[in-house]
Amino acid sequence: MKEKTLFLGAAAILLLVFVVATMTYNTGTAEQSARVVEQNRDRLVRMHSPTLGNAQAKVQIVEFLDPACETCRSFYPFVKEMMAANPEDIRLVVRYAPFHDGSEAVVAVLEAARKQGKFWPTLEALFATQEHWAPAHAPQVDLVWPQLEGLGLDLDRLRADMVAPEIGRVIGQDLADAEALNVTKTPEFFVNGEPLPRFGYEPLKAMVDAALAVR
Amino acid sequence: MFVESDPNPQMSTSPAARERESSAWMLAFAAWLVAMASTLGALFFGEVMKLPTCVLCWYQRIFMFPLALILPVGLFPFDRKLVRYALPLAVVGGLIAVFHQLLVAGVIPEEIRPCTQGVPCSQTVIEWFGFVTIPLLSVAAFSIVIALLVAVHLRSSK
Repeated sequence: MKEKTLFLGAAAILLLVFVVATMTYNTGTAEQSARVVEQNRDRLVRMHSPTLGNAQAKVQIVEFLDPACETCRSFYPFVKEMMAANPEDIRLVVRYAPFHDGSEAVVAVLEAARKQGKFWPTLEALFATQEHWAPAHAPQVDLVWPQLEGLGLDLDRLRADMVAPEIGRVIGQDLADAEALNVTKTPEFFVNGEPLPRFGYEPLKAMVDAALAVR
Repeated sequence: MFVESDPNPQMSTSPAARERESSAWMLAFAAWLVAMASTLGALFFGEVMKLPTCVLCWYQRIFMFPLALILPVGLFPFDRKLVRYALPLAVVGGLIAVFHQLLVAGVIPEEIRPCTQGVPCSQTVIEWFGFVTIPLLSVAAFSIVIALLVAVHLRSSK
């Protein structure tokens, strides 16, 4: 029986070390990312960032997104639902994190559409048709054009606007801010300047609800 | 204590034979400790630290993870033939680990690198004390497991 005790003891110790190391590591990284965000709070929102909702809203959600990201696509209606349930209380700020190769051109499409006052319909159309213009997660701007029909966009003007240097600067700034805020995956949310404790619908909803409840 | 569970009781009757078997068990147990620690370590790197797992790392996992399970099967009751089914896993895994290490060290040229898509296997994600990398840890773990299993074989075949 000595061997069995030895084996079980060793197995228990190894598993315990694993669990403790995991908890220690996770606590450390959570604290670190909170610190990073705290130090770079002024980088969360830029003057150029598209926003939706009441400017004086109690809750501000900053979302770093990539139009080619599937998870961003599935979070979008969820965020819209929360906003619809709490009109006037939630404001959404969109930041770009075009991490997919080829996404930057699609972000440029969004920015050019914004000049025609059609940012949100274009974003929604892009999310709705994502699989058509980003087959196998590879965004192709040539496949985007057919998806934008019916939005009333002047596509010739849009294509001309897309290459404007200020759009490149906006994307560059957003990417630099994403890096400074340690945003490595999309979507990444910040609720009133705080990062999510862990990724998911529930943590986001819980944070938004808590911020709404604050008087 | 092995008499009741031993498939060849006539071999274990003398105290010297029992002594040999007991030390063979300890060696196999040590091999399991290394395999289990490596398995948990790999899971820690991948699932907790979220380090990218390259293709070659996956192939090494394929041969290390089963060792963490199959060695205990051979420990209770002690099966001195466990070397027969554990050593092939360790040897193949060890060969992949050596290949990976050579790739990281730049000994193997660009053209035959197997993973150009996704995470490049030649990318170094961890470096401790200036020389300890994950592929090196893998080479070390597989080598220790192989050495211990060979020792188990030598002990129990006498």
